[in-house]
Amino acid sequence: MNLVESFRIAIRALSANKVRSVLTMLGVIIGVAAVILLVSIGTGVQSQITGQISGLGSNLLFVFPGKMDQGGPGGGGITKQFTLDDLDYVQSRLGAQGTVIPMMQAPTQLRVGNRTKSSTLGGSDQNGKDAAAGTIEMGRWFTRGEVVGNSRVAVIGSDVRAEFYPGQNPIGRKLDVGGQPFTIIGLLAAKGGSLGGSQDNVVDIPITTAQQILNTRDISGMLVDVSDTNQIEAVKAQVERLLRPRFADQFTVFTQEQTLGILSTLLGTLTAMLAGLASISLLVGGIGIMNIMLVSVSERTREIGIRKAVGARTYDILSQFVIEAMVLSVLGGVIGILVGAGGALAMHKWVPAQVTFWAVALAFLFSAAVGVFFGVYPAYRASRLDPIEALRYE
Amino acid sequence: MSDEQREGIAERIASAVGPACSVDAVLEAHDVTKRYILDDIEVSALRGVDVEVCRGEMLAIMGPSGSGKSTLMHIVGLLDHPTTGTVTIDGEDVSHMDPNQLATVRNKRIGFVFQSFNLLARTTAQANVELPLIYAGLGGAERAKRARAALERVGLGNRLSHMPNQLSGGQQQRVAIARALVTEPSIVLADEPTGNLDSRSGIEVMMILQELNAQGITVVIVTHDARVARHAQRVIHVRDGRVVLNECVEDRIMAEQETALLDKELAVDDLVSMSVNAKVTT
Repeated sequence: MNLVESFRIAIRALSANKVRSVLTMLGVIIGVAAVILLVSIGTGVQSQITGQISGLGSNLLFVFPGKMDQGGPGGGGITKQFTLDDLDYVQSRLGAQGTVIPMMQAPTQLRVGNRTKSSTLGGSDQNGKDAAAGTIEMGRWFTRGEVVGNSRVAVIGSDVRAEFYPGQNPIGRKLDVGGQPFTIIGLLAAKGGSLGGSQDNVVDIPITTAQQILNTRDISGMLVDVSDTNQIEAVKAQVERLLRPRFADQFTVFTQEQTLGILSTLLGTLTAMLAGLASISLLVGGIGIMNIMLVSVSERTREIGIRKAVGARTYDILSQFVIEAMVLSVLGGVIGILVGAGGALAMHKWVPAQVTFWAVALAFLFSAAVGVFFGVYPAYRASRLDPIEALRYE
Repeated sequence: MSDEQREGIAERIASAVGPACSVDAVLEAHDVTKRYILDDIEVSALRGVDVEVCRGEMLAIMGPSGSGKSTLMHIVGLLDHPTTGTVTIDGEDVSHMDPNQLATVRNKRIGFVFQSFNLLARTTAQANVELPLIYAGLGGAERAKRARAALERVGLGNRLSHMPNQLSGGQQQRVAIARALVTEPSIVLADEPTGNLDSRSGIEVMMILQELNAQGITVVIVTHDARVARHAQRVIHVRDGRVVLNECVEDRIMAEQETALLDKELAVDDLVSMSVNAKVTT
């Protein structure tokens, strides 16, 4: 008996019990859809975050206080923070090899009139526009004079504008940041959301002003914009040399590549974990298939007897039932892929889900494997039935 | 059974000489025994049976229920294994074959007709008849051609796409006969083929089996019914797991004549009922 014939028999048997077949398939559909959806979200977020970082340019060095291993922060925590003095020191030694940009980040409250909004405060200096903030849509970035003079000027993200000045030109308007009055001088181009919330809900102000508002002399970290991309490793070594006398080994310098590597590993692990969790539901779906196939085999004992009497070999019966289970699981898999991919596309508005080929291929193969794995035992039982026992079965 | 009959049988057992096959034997069972355990009690269904089926003959295996006749049919039909003894089909010893080899022999050499028809439900007559050909590995077009021919042979050429539940019992049994025939087997084994049928359908089925036999097909009928057995040329009587008598049928019943008789009876019945109706109306 050839495979085409087995398929025909399987389809006929499954369509004879439509409701049961669909319900059995539902287990696989849900499992596969969950795998596709979660993996799509995982990969989407991963590629968005890494995209944002590589969008900053490949000639950046990230300098953070505290010792970090490749995998993330090590033990001990941060013992000593950077200050603007450290920044000036590094900048003076590096000279034209690179521009050192201060970084500061903190949660803050914004207010205009009686409207308030929680946002993220970013502190930087006149050089921070490209490396830290992005494109200016309207107005301008702050100047050296404003940084030195602790000016109360702010460059806002598009979400902030939408909250306080929707559809209006916000330049020159007022904004309270952390209870202090500011003048809006620029508007950043919209970037879209990411896992940690919108990147457009930000307010960038001069680093000096930020220190004042937050009442600190520290900065969160430094970015080094290296002039010559080929010199990146050399500059990194030099920065490390410069900071070692002041911080011993309690600081970390990452190149863009390393940062990307760490983030990718982290997000990849997260995606794999999500896929693993979703696979459990696929496993449950598989057990459902096995259950229904066992019922089907005992229901159709007589049919098996008839088939054997007219010449079906062990293999014929085995393949008939395995193929039946596979048709259930693969059909469920295909529907699940459509549902999962459809769901991922529908969610695109809120979460940057990305349906990848490998997720689809993996889900498909996995569902087929589930069919074979959970179909073999019932099929084996069917194929081993004694023809005369099977014919006598009531 | 009356005492007279019993004596008659006893006489004939004494002189029981089965006609040795003038041509070759299609099927031979030699010293077959079958024992099985039922609720911790060992039951001997067959206690050393020898059967020889000649090519082209119509043989009946007859016995009361529990005599072991069905077990015998299952064993010679390779659906069941003998505890001891050998079974030979077309000169080939099948005693040591594995289940797959037996399946192939059943497929090619044996056609089954069961009391309860055993057709696949929700499957057309044609698809049911095609079933053995699927396992013989034939292509779709060839299968369809042969299945249609077999159904035409049993007079169901106009019922190809009917489901079993759309057919009468007699028609279903004819589909089963077509299925048994379609592989051109060496032998057709029929287990109580008329057991679930009314007398007219039963006669029709016997007529088809006799016609097929006349066309050269070897037919073995298993039955408890002496009248059904008398449609065969030879009857083997089985009792308590042994062959007690092997006789040639002298006054063989031809189903064709029975049908004619039945038609006449019906005609008489019709006349009677008509006259009754006439009386009522007047």
